[in-house]
Amino acid sequence: MVKVHSWGRLGDFDHQMIPLSDRHLIAAQLRSGVAGLAFGMGRSYGDVCLNPGGVLWKTTALDRFIQFDETSGRLQCEAGLLLRDVQRLIVPRGWMLPVVPGTQLATLGGALANDVHGKNHHVAGSFGDHVIEIVLMRTDGSRSILHPGDARFAATIGGLGLTGVITELTLQLKRINSPWLHVETQPYQNLTTFFDLADAAEAQWEHTVSWIDCVAGNGRGIFMRANHSDAQQAVPKSSRQWRMPFVPPVSLVNAFTLQPFNQLYYQLKKKQATALQYYEDFFHPLDHLLEWNRMYGPRGFFQYQCVLPRAHGREGVQAMLKQISHAGEGSFLAVLKTFGERSSVGMLSFAQPGVTLALDFTNQGEKTHKLFASLDDIVRDARGRLYPAKDARMPRELFEAGYPRLQEFLSHRDPGISSAMSRRLMGS
Amino acid sequence: MGRQRIIIIGATSAIAEHCARVWAQQPSDFVLVGRDHYRLESVAADLRVRSPQSSAQAIVMDFSDPVAIAGLAMQTAVEGHVDIVLIAHGNLPVQADCQQDVTLTRQALEINGLSPVLFAEAFAGQMEKAGSGTLAIIGSVAGDRGRKTNYVYGAAKALIDRYAQGLQHRFAGKRVKIVLIKPGPTATPMTAHLPPRGLASANEVAHRIVEAVAAGQAVVYAPARWWLIMMIIRHLPRVVFNRLNI
Repeated sequence: MVKVHSWGRLGDFDHQMIPLSDRHLIAAQLRSGVAGLAFGMGRSYGDVCLNPGGVLWKTTALDRFIQFDETSGRLQCEAGLLLRDVQRLIVPRGWMLPVVPGTQLATLGGALANDVHGKNHHVAGSFGDHVIEIVLMRTDGSRSILHPGDARFAATIGGLGLTGVITELTLQLKRINSPWLHVETQPYQNLTTFFDLADAAEAQWEHTVSWIDCVAGNGRGIFMRANHSDAQQAVPKSSRQWRMPFVPPVSLVNAFTLQPFNQLYYQLKKKQATALQYYEDFFHPLDHLLEWNRMYGPRGFFQYQCVLPRAHGREGVQAMLKQISHAGEGSFLAVLKTFGERSSVGMLSFAQPGVTLALDFTNQGEKTHKLFASLDDIVRDARGRLYPAKDARMPRELFEAGYPRLQEFLSHRDPGISSAMSRRLMGS
Repeated sequence: MGRQRIIIIGATSAIAEHCARVWAQQPSDFVLVGRDHYRLESVAADLRVRSPQSSAQAIVMDFSDPVAIAGLAMQTAVEGHVDIVLIAHGNLPVQADCQQDVTLTRQALEINGLSPVLFAEAFAGQMEKAGSGTLAIIGSVAGDRGRKTNYVYGAAKALIDRYAQGLQHRFAGKRVKIVLIKPGPTATPMTAHLPPRGLASANEVAHRIVEAVAAGQAVVYAPARWWLIMMIIRHLPRVVFNRLNI
């Protein structure tokens, strides 16, 4: 038994760790008799990647490339490869992953199982939109090859690892001329301006995202938009990576630091600016600080990420910011972003048209859960939903209300696979 | 440095595979030798994608057959100059099982000790004829002192240690370099049942091996801290050592 925690560090749980490293042996390894779950880098925040008391099939040694057609941009590889390692191979050859989340220290399989999105959702949709083929191993020993259009394909994209173990996938990559992005930042004073900026940017900018000051309460923030450039500059020397060396006895994100940090960040960034940024710095700034999740102290933290349909977007976000600021909680890096008008492939995919808000909260027990309950009410009223990849606590009825294709999904589950989240939200 | 021709025995082991990935950052010609066709082919395919200018040939063979081993060394020498041979195969037996069943003890000694020595001897002979080359063998910190928790494995690795020492003596002052690598516990499928804290990554160990091979270093601990740890463990008086539960 090995102790494992997820990115939120809410607890250490005993698991039996079985490494998958040879894709030809996996069928036998999955027939262990005990319910298991594929586990990659453990970068999801809550309990979607945990299976306390059970088996975790560790996928990070399934990290081989299988085939790469540099003419068409089709890449076939094993599912345990890190996004980072894929990027570092393909970017110098003029290709890029079409969708990347905030960290590139996640596996391809994890990105697929959570159907992650990036700053370019309005243009490119989510990760699953670029998957051409999936090899799925089930615990009954069967191996199936899934394609867009198959029901099981739609169940597996964003399927939280519950339909089988994803061992291989084929992606359609995106052509780039340069690894550099042309980035513009623009401050905004309130949510109305944010939505105006976001809507105006969508037609001309491939990437949009914003940082929002969750303490000020008025909805001010910094809007960022970027396009791929043609700049032919030397690749920067890989910038220094820092590591949060230990878990501080109390969370560094607390009542004393929240206000000054948010104030400082806003003041530093509020100048309208344009810059050329290397893709790793633009997409994954937090990867420079390894194990930053330790910052939240011994009790760990929650991330709360919701999407609200646009009809209720502005009022909903405003109401949530008010609740958060009223509770005196919140995070350094709150993110606000609009999603494009497109539906996702997966039955349980998170991204849908609307606006998404994501914030970290130090785990303060009862107090934090009370705040979440009030945020849940706003999400429920707005007919929004929460992101399973981030979640450790949403009520089952909110999950069921937010994911109307749940019943259809359940018929595709692999009975030999279970997670803490599936037991919490699906009953098994 | 020009294009290198690199032969890897046990090419599907995690450490060997990561070494190959580091070497493949420069176009190289690989001969990958292993016991399992499918695994070997997937490693070869991976290297071809990572480094389209490299070549990777896969050879499946019996690791306990001295005739096949000598044949491989001869054949690869005939095909061209060999710059590097990395002997990396092995497996971590469960000590308790070896104590119960001497058949397992024998297998563990053969695959971790005898077989690597046969490969090394065969390739060393070819390198001597060619007049140059670097032969790297993976031993283990476990070979530095016998411990109750894994002395069968440790004994096999100790054989490699003493053997490499002899080879180094034989080639002293020559252009054939013998590199003995002693990894500490490394996070590989072989050690998945151990708690992950304190395990080095296969990638980290591989980088150290590649550096050591380039420098022709005689003995390398990977990561380096194991040199100090094992120095202390080797020198502990028996009365103290025997009280330790390691």
